[in-house]
Amino acid sequence: MKTDLTPIDAPSIKSRPVYAPLEPRAGKLHVIVADDAGADAVADMLVKANNRSEMLSAIHVMYCPGPTGTDGSAKLEALGAAQFFRAPTIPALMPRLVRVLSDAHMGTQFYLAGTESLIGQAEREIMNTGFPFASIQKEQRGSTLRRVQCVHCKGITENVATDPFKCSHCGLSLFVRDHYSRRMAAFQGVNIDAEDPGLVPESVVRFK
Amino acid sequence: MSLDFKFAPDDFGGFFRDETFRETFTYTNSNPRRFPFPFDRDDYMYSVNMEPHVPGRPGTAFEHVFDVDEHYIAEMIDRAKVLAEDPLRCQSLPHMTLAGWDVLELIMEAKARDYPQWFSLTKDGNRWHWVNRPLGIEQSFTFLDESTLPYPPFEYIMRQTQGDWTLQDERDGTLWMDAGIATSQADWSVDFDVGMNFHEWHAPVPLAHEKGVFDRALKFLLKLQHGAPVRRFNWTMTVNPLLDTAPETYPKWGPMKATITPENLGQKQHLRVELQTLYRLPRSNAIAFDIRCYLCSFDQIVTVPKWARRLHRVIRDLPEELATYKGFIRNRPAMVEWLSKYDDGAPTSPGWWPDD
Repeated sequence: MKTDLTPIDAPSIKSRPVYAPLEPRAGKLHVIVADDAGADAVADMLVKANNRSEMLSAIHVMYCPGPTGTDGSAKLEALGAAQFFRAPTIPALMPRLVRVLSDAHMGTQFYLAGTESLIGQAEREIMNTGFPFASIQKEQRGSTLRRVQCVHCKGITENVATDPFKCSHCGLSLFVRDHYSRRMAAFQGVNIDAEDPGLVPESVVRFK
Repeated sequence: MSLDFKFAPDDFGGFFRDETFRETFTYTNSNPRRFPFPFDRDDYMYSVNMEPHVPGRPGTAFEHVFDVDEHYIAEMIDRAKVLAEDPLRCQSLPHMTLAGWDVLELIMEAKARDYPQWFSLTKDGNRWHWVNRPLGIEQSFTFLDESTLPYPPFEYIMRQTQGDWTLQDERDGTLWMDAGIATSQADWSVDFDVGMNFHEWHAPVPLAHEKGVFDRALKFLLKLQHGAPVRRFNWTMTVNPLLDTAPETYPKWGPMKATITPENLGQKQHLRVELQTLYRLPRSNAIAFDIRCYLCSFDQIVTVPKWARRLHRVIRDLPEELATYKGFIRNRPAMVEWLSKYDDGAPTSPGWWPDD
């Protein structure tokens, strides 16, 4: 397989989210949701806080290891936040986030860090509860594996590395279209050999 | 409603065609000159190209606000089939119900006014009575009371309206596509795009972002006023008169693109025109976007000599990115070859209309 990495911040994709380094902000509650190397982004953000201990006393961290096994939970737990939770996977993390959101007041600050899959799914839950866009910060770190929805069968394939790839639900060969839905928290996958069934180009590693 | 009425082609003076957009593909235009040919010059590039949507020439697609043409019943039957196969093609986020009522009112009032022989709307306060004779529908309901209609208001009126529609909520200085129906779309997914803002749902379009087309279009649309709708054209190519070219079903219709030969091209290859109109809605302040699809075979287009010459030049000179994005790059050489026989190089007059 050839390797051709598309930079995660490639400017060509207008629907793709914009990421920037996390910055400490004033708030009564700081909800941090992270996975993978997002643990480093959170630690870097806290270094910039001038009221670090005060901030830590109002932080709730939810974290899970990344899709390639990167686990920064020990580092995160050692920061000493008021609440720290380690989930094994993103789906296992979400119910807790939903519970926390049900009590969160306006003025809560959200910090999302790690893979696009984690950031997208957490952002969707937060926005569904009506928090303003401006209260959510996002920093992509670590794996660039993609979460892709098959436009044909609607199934979502996690951790897509190659383009094209086989849909894990219906088995069609899909190319990853540069089109991202925040509602789905996913990129769009479209059948690559619809017009000429069987003519599937060689897979290229685009996401790691 | 939907499929349970009997379509008798002889009713209504035989005006409505009994035809199909799938399998047998019996769709055709009785009068090709009625087709809204979209090119007003011999070349094409993206532009905002909006103009006021005002009533136009009698006997054309522009005569009324909503063009109810000979394909109406057949299109509504096709829509009901698509929705039965895939209910995700019609979606409305919870805060868009009021906009759904707004668009229902807009359509019912306009059709009852412009086509009294087919539609009527009588009102007694909020108690409304709607009659749609071509589809055999009669409905008493209470305006703004969802429980009095068999479907939510947006879906109810969309099952009786040609064209794909989206409803845009305005907030944070942009437009959010928070409701939509698509059963006659050029390869975009309502299910994927619902909830996106203006720049997000246009993301896959090449060249236009760099030209600032979407920034200008958004600025223009945010100023859209109630009672002053606007329109523009878009277009692409479709093999066979398929209304429903959805990405969802691409594996089904994609292979048809590979069936074009020099012999069948004139009959199978269709120019697909979207007459897009935009309306500001009065209560919700949302913007309704109507994407009305018209299909015309190359055989029928070349019966108008000016259109034949012009289509040849437009397709021949179109930038490669656009032909790729519009999905006809593989058949472009065959189209240009076929059309060249109808282009003698004579100059064409400005504007869309046929010369004679």
